[in-house]
Amino acid sequence: MGNYYINGIGCVSAQDSSDNELGLQNFVALTENVAPLQKPDYKKYIKPTMIRRMSVGVKMGVVASSMALQEANVEVPEAIITGSGMGCLRDSEKFLKNIIDNEEQFLTPTAFIQSTHNTVGGQIALGLACKAYNVTYVHDATSFETSLIDGMMILDEGEQNVLVGGVDEIGNHTTELHKLIDRVKKEETLKNSLLNSKTKGSIYSEGSQFFVLEDKKKGNCYAQLLDVTIYNKLSKNEVTQKLEAFLMDNNLTISDIDVVVLGLNGEVDYDAYYTTLQNTLLVNTTQVYYKHFSGEYNTASAFGMWTACTLLKSQKVPGNIQLNDIQPTSIKNVVLYNQYRGENHSFVLLKSC
Amino acid sequence: MEDLKLELKNNIIELLNLEDVNVDEIKDDDSLFGDGLGLDSIDALELIVMLDKDYGIRLTDPKEGKKIFESIEIMAAYITEHRTK
Repeated sequence: MGNYYINGIGCVSAQDSSDNELGLQNFVALTENVAPLQKPDYKKYIKPTMIRRMSVGVKMGVVASSMALQEANVEVPEAIITGSGMGCLRDSEKFLKNIIDNEEQFLTPTAFIQSTHNTVGGQIALGLACKAYNVTYVHDATSFETSLIDGMMILDEGEQNVLVGGVDEIGNHTTELHKLIDRVKKEETLKNSLLNSKTKGSIYSEGSQFFVLEDKKKGNCYAQLLDVTIYNKLSKNEVTQKLEAFLMDNNLTISDIDVVVLGLNGEVDYDAYYTTLQNTLLVNTTQVYYKHFSGEYNTASAFGMWTACTLLKSQKVPGNIQLNDIQPTSIKNVVLYNQYRGENHSFVLLKSC
Repeated sequence: MEDLKLELKNNIIELLNLEDVNVDEIKDDDSLFGDGLGLDSIDALELIVMLDKDYGIRLTDPKEGKKIFESIEIMAAYITEHRTK
C-alpha cells in the first residue's frame, strides 16, 4: 500500500459548507425530517449554458469536485470515482412518472439522460475535458467507501492523483415511500435533539463531498488516508471486534485513536450499533457525530470524512459535534465508523499530515 | 395567436429549464437555436414531443423541425395551421 494524501476537499450540504476553513463552526442542527441542501453559488463553478441541463445531484457534484480540485491545485485529475446510493433520483422519478402519466408515449430525452447514477461523474469529466478512468459505485451506505478503496488502488497502480467523492439527492416520491416504511422520521419537526428523538427513522437530506487524493503531500494537506474497510452485515458485538482488528491491521490500538467520528442518525432501532462501541471500546476516546448537520443519505459518510478532515487540519474539536467531554491533547489519528440500519458498515482511518 | 405565443414561451422556459430567461426576453422573431436562445439538438427533440403531446402534431420528418422551430412567430403560425387538439 502506498501513500494517500487528501490535498483538497469540497462540500455541498444542508449547511453553508462552502468554507472549509470555517468548518462546522456556524452549522445549525437540522430540525426538519427532510432537509434540502443550501444551494451554493452554482454560477461561480458552472457555465450558465450548462446549468440548465444539470440536475441538483450533478450540480452539487460539479461544485464539490471543483472546490476540491481548486484546493489541491489539480486541473484535470487522473481518475474520477463517484459513489452514489441512489444516483440522480429526481430525474429518475420524473422520467418514470412521465412513462406512467403519458401511457408510455411522449417520452423526452433530458430526464432520462440525467437519471443514471453515473451522470454526475460523467458531467464532472465533461466539464474538465477529462478522458481518464471514470467509475461510479452504487453500494447503498458504502458507495463512498467503495469509491475510496478504488481510489487507493488507482494510486497504487501509479497514478499521481484521483478525485473521489459521494453524491445523493432527495427525491420527493422516494422520500414519501421511505416515510411509509419508517426510514424517514414521521414527525416533521424534531421535538428533541436528533439523538434524543427516540423514534424510528432518521432525518433525510442530500449533499455531495469530494476529495483529491494524491500520492504526495502538498502544503494544503488535510490528512493522510491510511485504510478503509467495509462489511455488509455485522452484529452489534462483532463491530467492536472488527474495529479492533481494523486498527490492529494498521499497527494501532484504540489508545492511539484521538477522535472517533460516528454516523449516529437518531434511528432508535439501530443507533445501538454506535452506543455499544461508545460505552465499551471508545469510552476513553473523544467521540463526535455529524448527521445532525448533514442529515442521512447513502453517502452521508463522505460528510463525515469532510468533518474529520477539518478536525485534523484545525486540530480543534468544535463543541457542537462532541458526544462526550474528553478533549484530545492533539489530533493525530481519527477513525470513522458508519452503518445504515445494521448493514453496510465501514471503517475509515485518517492520520494528520 | 398572441395567447399561443405567450403559451409557447412559457412552455419552452419550463420544459427546457431556462432558469434565467423571462418571457419578456424572448422576442417573437428571435432565433431559438444557434445565436438566439442557444437551444440544441436535445432541445429540438423535446420540442418535437411537445408538438405531439400538446397540439397533436406529429412530425414525420425531423428535418421539418429546423424550419418550424426557427422562431416563436413561425412555430405559432405552424401550430395554428396544423393543430389537431
